[in-house]
Amino acid sequence: MKCSEFLHELTDYLDGVIDANTKAELDEHLAWCHNCYVVCDTTKKTIEIYRDSKLYELPEDLETKLRTAIASRCKSHKKTGPEGSAR
Amino acid sequence: MGAIQPKVSEPVSDELVLVGRAKAGDVGAFEELVRRYDRNVFRIAQHITQNREDAEDVVQDAFLKAYNNLAQFQGQSKFYTWLVRIAVNEALMKLRRRRPERTISLDEEVKTEDDSVPREVADWSPNPEQQYTQAELREILDRTIHGLPATFRTVFVLRDVEGLSTEETAEALDLSVPAVKSRLLRARLQLRERLNKYFQKRERSNGSQSKPSSGDGNR
Repeated sequence: MKCSEFLHELTDYLDGVIDANTKAELDEHLAWCHNCYVVCDTTKKTIEIYRDSKLYELPEDLETKLRTAIASRCKSHKKTGPEGSAR
Repeated sequence: MGAIQPKVSEPVSDELVLVGRAKAGDVGAFEELVRRYDRNVFRIAQHITQNREDAEDVVQDAFLKAYNNLAQFQGQSKFYTWLVRIAVNEALMKLRRRRPERTISLDEEVKTEDDSVPREVADWSPNPEQQYTQAELREILDRTIHGLPATFRTVFVLRDVEGLSTEETAEALDLSVPAVKSRLLRARLQLRERLNKYFQKRERSNGSQSKPSSGDGNR
């Protein structure tokens, strides 16, 4: 397997959605190709760091403000008669 | 190497009941759906628009639009996927309004594969994120993802941050499954490449470890 072929399968490999035979080939490639091992490992870390980060958390005060605004807009919409099935 | 652990999604068994009650005019039931998903919608909106005020507007507009169009939700997909689809469209509209000089489409043909071929292969420290404070880390992650094209950011945030499946992401973005996969691969590889300069193992610490500059260099 060439590195470009490994790279092509990287997303499915990291997501664990490949068949056993392909996985075995990829594992074998990783066992001897240091570059692909590093790319795979650091890509996995990239995903985990973003997933576990608190990036763009909604602050509590803003959340309260938004919830209130949404509820009041929904209610006023209801009074004026929605075009949907809500009555 | 093991696969990444998928994010566990919360049970949604009572969701259709809530949607049904909201459809019948129960605003309280809809408010429960808002409570459930407002944080997710905000995060997605902020990832796409890269602007806090726009993200606030998107949250409000997306929920209101969802409320007004509940009759059209047939329950073939999860309510959340349907909501995300609305939110993504609202966010893209904001982005287009803010950057009218650039046409932004999730469907745009992505050039060659070349920009995703790893150029720099450097191993990272064992827990690279721990070299930084929470605030510094957020700044790095924010700046790094900011440089990615909107189409890549959006696929990455839905799949890897919000934990939607590939199929759900495709449905929410109106893209094919192969298109989602190809954008996801490139988003992941480009982020990895851009994070290298912050996280790579430093050979020898000589006490003057310099923090990388803020330029993104890769735009």
